[in-house]
Amino acid sequence: MAAVTALRKAPQAAQSVAVEISGVSHAFDLGGSRLPVLDSIDLSVAAGEFVALLGPSGCGKSTLLRLVSGLEQPSSGKITADGSPIDRPDPSRILVFQDPTLFPWATVWSNVATGLDARGVLAQQRAGVDAALDLVGLRAFSGAYPHQLSGGMAQRAALARALVNDPALLLLDEPLGKLDSLTRLSLQAELVALWRKAGFTAILVTHDVEEALLLSSRVIVLTERPARIKAEFRVERPYPRHRDDADLVILRRQILATLGLAT
Amino acid sequence: MSNAIETLDGGAANSPASLSGLQQAIWTNGLLAAAAWAAAALVTVGLPDVVPWGSAGLFAAITAGGAAVFAALAFIVRRLGRTGDAIVHYGPWFIAIGVWFALWELTTAKLGWLPKPFFSPPNGLLNVYVAEAPRLLVCIAYTLRLWSLGFVSGVVVGYAAGVALGWSKRFSYWGMPILKLIGPVPATAWIPCTFFFFPTTFAASVFIVALASGIPVTILTSSGVAAVNRAYYDVGRNLGAPNWYLISKIAVPASLPHVFVGLFMGLYYSFAVLVVAEMLGAKFGLGWYIQFQTAYSGYANVYATLVIMSLICAGIVKLLFVARDQLLNYQKGFI
Repeated sequence: MAAVTALRKAPQAAQSVAVEISGVSHAFDLGGSRLPVLDSIDLSVAAGEFVALLGPSGCGKSTLLRLVSGLEQPSSGKITADGSPIDRPDPSRILVFQDPTLFPWATVWSNVATGLDARGVLAQQRAGVDAALDLVGLRAFSGAYPHQLSGGMAQRAALARALVNDPALLLLDEPLGKLDSLTRLSLQAELVALWRKAGFTAILVTHDVEEALLLSSRVIVLTERPARIKAEFRVERPYPRHRDDADLVILRRQILATLGLAT
Repeated sequence: MSNAIETLDGGAANSPASLSGLQQAIWTNGLLAAAAWAAAALVTVGLPDVVPWGSAGLFAAITAGGAAVFAALAFIVRRLGRTGDAIVHYGPWFIAIGVWFALWELTTAKLGWLPKPFFSPPNGLLNVYVAEAPRLLVCIAYTLRLWSLGFVSGVVVGYAAGVALGWSKRFSYWGMPILKLIGPVPATAWIPCTFFFFPTTFAASVFIVALASGIPVTILTSSGVAAVNRAYYDVGRNLGAPNWYLISKIAVPASLPHVFVGLFMGLYYSFAVLVVAEMLGAKFGLGWYIQFQTAYSGYANVYATLVIMSLICAGIVKLLFVARDQLLNYQKGFI
């Protein structure tokens, strides 16, 4: 709790941000032929909302996140954050990958400090790094190298590396996809807690229906590639949620049916 | 296990335990090494020479001294802790070296199977060190000066070029084909041009050594930088890192394992061309000395100098390994 207040007190404490995706289509250049991956996506995400994107694997969900992060530009359409167009990556919008992608040559502390160091503000905000490590429970591992961490700890370090920049938008690209099921459960709960405390906007890409229902306030179901929005479900249940919640079980069945997996 | 037995039997088991303890305390390989080195000493002074080489007495004294040291170590090495463990580890090597000295002495000076001037007994090499010490020391200094100037400048330029080639598309467009063309050309093939371009023959020699060490460093650095996981750059860009940060804090450390492979290759190449580089009008240097002595059939001197060169090269390789282990300490988990 103290750690969270320390983070919120950071000089550039950002608020959450509203994201507007309008008419976004995208195609990959495959040396001559073009592979369409996104087909006129329209989606508004309110400030502070937690939205889950659900769809078959390889449908283009991750591409959409890369476009929102600004690492790539869409072939057509427009993406804005609080009204201003997203035309390059920015530390207020941070993408967390399926792989932790920690730098193997740097300690956990230095990895978490990367964003502050890269922008030349590390000297003033060293306490922020410690606070972020406290937040994910890795303070004791500050001096460890990534290869000494378990998969769950590495992913926590990657989260701390994102949170230390106090992002207004957190883009989660299947961040728990490669973890074992127990670690996954505990990190799902931690993610919800972090989001509720820090108040950023979150967009989560996943192919796990249960995860989408536990974490998000809205589930967007996408079609096969090229992805279009197929259906949208509101999840109006209080947090923390339980996977055997009757409403969630009904929603789960509906979503699976939409995905063509009726049971 | 032995502890359990001792506690069960109490004091009764004491005497057999101490007997086997005594056997444990003696380092058998140490005794064998002492025997081998003593044999080398005896062969050297005990048998008549076919051809005299000089320094036979000194060589016998050194090998006899070695035998005495090993004989003493055989009894105390177990009490020397980590140093002792290292000595015990190399025990078989000490035996082999003693046997090698004895056979070498026998086949050359004593039996004449390997005749003069093409071969020399170990005391022949020793005699070179004794007689030529001042000149050899000067040659070592000259060679180290040439090598270090050439290697350092080659590595600095090669590394910078490698980072540029691996990072920038434009650099790689123009540079890669050129590198691929000049890479396989032996550094010594440039000697005619270097004579024209460089004011002094020393500068030309430095250039040859620099080229030999710089090219593998360039090739491996550029491939290392180009092979960095693109996701690391995505992370850096996402966190607001400017280009210089992506290069210095991501591309450079990520490519370091490749760079070290290049450094090791460059080191070996630079030593290989050292002899040729010292052909260019040098007045001192180990390479120059080797050529000079070859011309006069002083093969004992050639061998003695080659031993010095390999020891220097091995020493520098060792230093490079220490530096690598320090810098790439983080890899311990996966290599």
